[in-house]
This record gives sequence, structure tokens and C-alpha cells, in this order.
Amino acid sequence: MADSLSLKTRTTILNLPRHRAPAIEVQDLSLWYGTFQALHDVTLTIKSGIVTALIGPSGCGKSTLLRSCNRINERLGYVSTTGTVKVLGHDVYGPEASAIQVRRHVGMVFQRPNPLPLSIRDNVLFSHRLHAERKATRAEEEAMLEQALREVLLWDRVKDRLDRKATVLSLEEQQKLCIARLLPTKPSVLLMDEPCSALDPEATRAVENLIWDLRGHYSILIVTHNMAQARRASDECVFMLMGRVVEHSETEDMFVAPQKPETSEYIEGRFG
Amino acid sequence: MTGANPFAPTSLEGRSLASQGVAKAGFLVITLLLLIPALGIVGVLLVEGWPGMTLSFLLEKPRENGAAGGIATALVGTIWLTAVALVVALPVGVAAAIYLSEYARDNWLTRTINVAIVNLAGVPSIVHALFGVGAFVHFLQFGKSILAASCTLAVMTLPVVIVATRESLQAVPKAFREATWNLGATRWQTIWRIVLPNSGSGILTGLILVVCRAVGETAPIMFTGAVFFRQLFPNGVFDKTMALSLHLFNVSTQVTNVPRHVPFAVALTLILVVLSMNALAIWFRMRLRGRKKW
Repeated sequence: MADSLSLKTRTTILNLPRHRAPAIEVQDLSLWYGTFQALHDVTLTIKSGIVTALIGPSGCGKSTLLRSCNRINERLGYVSTTGTVKVLGHDVYGPEASAIQVRRHVGMVFQRPNPLPLSIRDNVLFSHRLHAERKATRAEEEAMLEQALREVLLWDRVKDRLDRKATVLSLEEQQKLCIARLLPTKPSVLLMDEPCSALDPEATRAVENLIWDLRGHYSILIVTHNMAQARRASDECVFMLMGRVVEHSETEDMFVAPQKPETSEYIEGRFG
Repeated sequence: MTGANPFAPTSLEGRSLASQGVAKAGFLVITLLLLIPALGIVGVLLVEGWPGMTLSFLLEKPRENGAAGGIATALVGTIWLTAVALVVALPVGVAAAIYLSEYARDNWLTRTINVAIVNLAGVPSIVHALFGVGAFVHFLQFGKSILAASCTLAVMTLPVVIVATRESLQAVPKAFREATWNLGATRWQTIWRIVLPNSGSGILTGLILVVCRAVGETAPIMFTGAVFFRQLFPNGVFDKTMALSLHLFNVSTQVTNVPRHVPFAVALTLILVVLSMNALAIWFRMRLRGRKKW
């Protein structure tokens, strides 16, 4: 509870712009893995500049929904979808959208930190180097590198060893690095798939604090199994069950006064 | 608690331990039998061939069909054949392995290719030799040359090269691929920037091991580029050449008045060439593997 207070008190300091367009708008999204339907007519609006948590029991479709937002699902090859997903007002499945550009702008953080087997510097600059129209100068790269690492509170810890392999960092630092390497391509939406579940309590707290710091600048959609985490580190909560959205409300409301019986049963730990 | 100790050994257990002991000893003896050919080959070659292993034997050109002089042209020819076979096998093997490992979906075409690769590995080397004569010597009109012989060797080793390369590629963790896809990389960018740099050592080592083994073979080169006797060093890939393996066959069976130690010394040289290449590859692999960490 102490944690949840320390995080929540900062909410009030942050001045959230209310007028911004939604970060993600999902409209009638259905998704099939082969013949298995994993999502049923999901309609959902994720507000900009806040942390939204996706909760629900295993297999409820929350990771699938997350992965639909940057089209990473398509890699599997046997996935079909209907409906639309708009990120920042643009349909990511539209005829003019390229999956590569979608993935470039809408980055994802995974359960296990997965830094590339390159130096810390090359990890952060990897996607910019892939996509930049013209090669950045040394100075531009340094500036980008420092800014990204500062944003994830890693700069002071790694600035003297930027050319060391990223894989020698601790798990917490690796996970922060994985967030940092999304930033140089200027995404404004970050997707996170249980970003703390491979971390110890200390590291979890550090990464949660970081996520909380990033809100405002970024719209964050985070899948979590951890009720306490959803409660202390999100502004809004979406509860999913069997591929459908059951309830979507402000986190405090959902945990204090859930509207649907399934939600309260799940939150109280009666299933899932 | 009183009564018999339930943990005391029983007579039945004694018997099973005894038969276990016999089995262990038996398997050990059979395994030790394997040492006989290994030590025998090396021992005989060293005892019989060592007196002939002089610097002049290695550096002089052969005379009188190999009955006198050294083996310089055969040694150089074998090195040529190895190098050209490596250069041919590398791009083809790696390209095929990349396609199969990174791009191919599991469909009938991929399955057919896999079956073909397995079958290709089972084709006897003499059949590869005849294929080489038809395909490289005549159809592609390389003539009887180093190029034709090396291409034949490369085709013969490709199945193993492909399998070894594919294993090296697949040893690169999937998490890296997921990470790069998520940053908007194409498959090729992923392969070029992440997968290949982290599997290159394994690929190269596998390739050297496989091809150098093949160079010890006689059949694939005797119709395609290796000759009985030649005092000139090869000038390019369209030259014919002598080779150690074929030279060994000739001085052992075809040429008369060969001093007794010569075939042994040739065999010893051939083994040393192959073993030193293997040692080099293994050293190379250990060095690079030690540095790799993820």
C-alpha cells in the first residue's frame, strides 16, 4: 500500500492534457489463430498520455490484443483479423499502412529483457540506424543516445561503458535498455507485455517507477498478471475475459467498486 | 523400531550389482578396442613413414612417376583443391541454409528440399564423381581441372555444410529475432545485423571441418581434375593438378620400384594436412565461442 501511495501521489503533480486524441482506438476487432477465435469484437479506446493496464486470466486475449497494436502477431503467419486498430488516428491495418513502419513507431517491451548481442550504444541506436533516411552524424547519435538513456534513468549508470555488451547488464538495466531503444524512433505509444515478471522485487519497483515517469510523454499500454502492479502503476484498467473486454474504467474505480460480477470475482482472486 | 533393518542390502541386490559390474567392464573393453585401429594407423604410419618425412620430400617435385623425388606438386594441388572447394561451398551452403532456416515455411517444397538434402548426403562419393564428370567437366565445360574437381567436392559436402550451417543459425536465440522485428527490421536486416555475426564462427568451423574431410577422398577428384603425374604447379583453377589422396593410391598400387617408405610418408602427410586443418577449425571455434556471451 505504501508503494501505491508513493506512486499515486505523483499523479496529481502531472498535468494531463485532456484534449489530446486517443492513443489507440480499437473498433470491432476480432482475431483468429487458424480457426481459434482469440478476440471477439473488441472495442476499446486507450487515452493518450496515461498508463492503461490490461488485466485478466491467462488466455483471455490480453497479450493478443497488445500484439495486434503493432502487428507483431502477423509473424506467426496463420493469424487473421477483422475490424480496425487506430494508433494516433491512423489505421495500422489499413491499405496504406506498412507493418514495418507500424512496428517502428509502436514499440514493444517483452516479458524477458531481450537486448541484442551488441554494445549498449548499438542497442539504443539500432532502430534509428535501420530507418533513418540519412545516416546520423556522430554528434547526433551521441545526443540521441544520451537522451534515450537519460529518459530511462540509465545514463549515469552506463555512460562510462557504452561500448560494453548490453548482455552484461543486470536484468533491470537490460529491461530499461529495451525501453530506451524504442525511444529514438519517437514512438508515442509503448506496449509492454508483462515487463516486470522476470524481475526481482527491487527491479520491479525500479521499472514501475520508470514507467510511471514516462507517462505524459508516452501513452503506455501494459499487460500484467499482477493485480497489485495494475493497481499501483496504472491510471486506467481494462479487464478482459474469454477474448472480450468486460470492463474498462479508472483503476481506482475498478478496484474499489467494480461494475461487473466477473470483474470483482477476478480481482478478489476467486479465479484466474 | 525393532525387526530387520529395511535398509540392509539384499541378496537380489548383490546379484544385480554383480551383473552391472560385468556389463560395465564389457562395455569398457569394447570401447577400448576402438583404440586399436586409431593407434594402429598412426603408429604404423609414424614408424614406417617418419624416415621418409624430410623437408626435401615435402618441397621437391616428384620424379619417375613418384618413385623418386618428393611430393611438392601433390601437396600444393591438395591445398588448391581445398581452398577452391571452400570458396564454392561457402556461398551456396550458407545461402541455402539461410533460406531454409529463416525464410522457408513448413510446406511441401521445404519438405522436399529437406528430403533431397538427406538423400544427397547418402550418395556414394564415386557417384558424385560421375556426376561431376557429366556436370562440370563436360556440360559446364570446365574440362578436367581444379575447378571441376573442387565443384564436385563442394556438391558432395553441401548437405552436411547446409545442416551444420542451419544448426549454427538456429542456435541464435529467437528472442533476438523478436526484438529486431519489433523495431521494424526486415528479415534480411535481422539476418545481416544479428544472426550472421553471431553464427559466423560456427558456420566457418563447420565448413572447414566438412570440406577438409572431403579433400582426403580420392574418387570425386580422380575423374574430374586430379592427374596421375604432373611436375608443374597449378597456375589457376583451369589447370589439372596432382593431389595427395590420388598420389597415395598410385604410389601404393600403380607405380613400380617405389621405395618402401614413400606410400607411408604420403599417407602421413595427408593425415597431417587434414588433422591440422581440423585442429585449426576447432581452435578457431573455441576462441570465438569463449568470447560469445548472451
